[in-house]
Amino acid sequence: MNDTALTAVDTSMIPGWGVDADPKNDPTYPYRDRSQDPGLKADWERPPQQQPEVEILQSIEHNSLPAVFGTSTPPRWVSGMIRRAAFRWSESNWLHWLLLMGADRVNVVEGVVQDLGRARIPNIPAEMGIRSELRHNKAGFGKKIAATVAVSAAIYGLMQLRGRSRRNENEGTGTT
Amino acid sequence: MRAMDYRGPYRVRLEDKPVPAIQHPRDAIVRVTRSCICGSDLHLYHGMVPDTRVGMTFGHEFTGIVEEVGSEVTNLKAGDHVLVPFNIACGQCHFCQQGLFGNCHEANPSATASGGIYGYSHTAGGYDGGQAEYVRVPYADFGPTVIPDWMDPDDAVLLTDVVPTGYQAAEMGGIQRGDTVVVFGAGPVGIMAARCCWLFGAGRVILIDHVDYRLEFARTYCPAEVYNFKELDDVVVFMKKTTDGLGADVAIDAVGGDAKGNFLQTLFGNKLKLEAGNAIPLHWAINSVKKGGIVSIVGVYGPTGNMVPIGNVVNKGLTLRANQASVKRLLPKLIDHVRDGHINPKGIITHKVPLEEVADAYHIFSAKLDGCIKPVLVPHAA
Repeated sequence: MNDTALTAVDTSMIPGWGVDADPKNDPTYPYRDRSQDPGLKADWERPPQQQPEVEILQSIEHNSLPAVFGTSTPPRWVSGMIRRAAFRWSESNWLHWLLLMGADRVNVVEGVVQDLGRARIPNIPAEMGIRSELRHNKAGFGKKIAATVAVSAAIYGLMQLRGRSRRNENEGTGTT
Repeated sequence: MRAMDYRGPYRVRLEDKPVPAIQHPRDAIVRVTRSCICGSDLHLYHGMVPDTRVGMTFGHEFTGIVEEVGSEVTNLKAGDHVLVPFNIACGQCHFCQQGLFGNCHEANPSATASGGIYGYSHTAGGYDGGQAEYVRVPYADFGPTVIPDWMDPDDAVLLTDVVPTGYQAAEMGGIQRGDTVVVFGAGPVGIMAARCCWLFGAGRVILIDHVDYRLEFARTYCPAEVYNFKELDDVVVFMKKTTDGLGADVAIDAVGGDAKGNFLQTLFGNKLKLEAGNAIPLHWAINSVKKGGIVSIVGVYGPTGNMVPIGNVVNKGLTLRANQASVKRLLPKLIDHVRDGHINPKGIITHKVPLEEVADAYHIFSAKLDGCIKPVLVPHAA
């Protein structure tokens, strides 16, 4: 660290220091009470510290673990490894967030695997609220089904055509 | 207990989970009586918020009965019916001392930019939320407010987020008597923001969205001039023409990253997730407000970056003001407004749904089915 940054400036030696200071020049009014700003000292009376009983991932921008935190869904499996890696970088680094988003996607697959491991097949249509779609948007639901069937049929048809042309090629060249 | 359980984008279900326990001397355990699905929950539901883990319970707008309190909670007792601000705030850190209860520094280990919020991913602290039968409430000696006897619980639950957020959106606009305000987004927060603009003396309130049934509702509820942007050639040109070529005095972004209305923003923000959401409402706000005007932002975006015309902010001399609502700061005033009939929060509730039907409720809200504006989940034991 640059030592000069720690040297207090004697503001009385600066000509005109503070002559234009205007308390009304405060765009944070009324949602921030600046009269209660004690200055840049992190020395408030801290609440008692919650003791972590699960793994808590902490931003490297924090000086210390906040006094309370949530204990929902601790990091685990492959997504947990990715999340731990993400917290090597600060909140201002895109890699931090991109890794977390990637971990979220991996975690979805892990969730399905976890269900199957418990002999439970996830009812994905129900989880997506298909009952309400049927109740309130029958026409839209029908269009989605029709579109899905049409796209699936088109893909299947293309695959059949490619397979047939490949078989024809093979028969023409005599390859086995 | 029964609780909502996130399984991945567009997938939620009800699960049996352990009843939460006291983990800190300032905790309380609350039995939930009402829990809303917020427009912000849809950002989680759509997979837009980083570090949203499978198995988490969402829900940051809830009321409930105090079941148990920690050793340092002396102002609440078992049986109290409380409304719980969505911000988890200690009340004594550097930021809480200044009334910035949405920016508490003692509630979120995973990020310093965001405070702690119930059921809002690990980026907001990793807390399970209130779309459940029971919820752990940290700093219970500071956050929760006992619901006045005269207040309808349906009004109370909306004071946990949507009303304070709408109110603060108008407040941050610095609205002066006679000002013209344009609000982008006719979701619950946008509707409430438009309603609250009148409390500050606005002379004209314009609300822009693309969902006709919501605009129709807002036309009478707020009341506001309403426009469907799909029927406008260019939103910004329309705003200029309707303000004698100058632009609105104040613009409010009450949408956030789940917006619609621009192909590139939708592609990069919503589909590819290369932006922190679709920022078209912020783009429109910056370009629709007059030079020297104020843009107030309460729409929720992710923590990365967005394509917005920041050069125009400089060239037009705009003031940008934004924050998560500081619910605890605003509550005394807002409770008075409800008592005096200035605001009718429960008027925006369109669906009261058993907690057991949480997956359907999310889909109805997300897909904007059945005229849905604000869904409230009610646990069986409530």
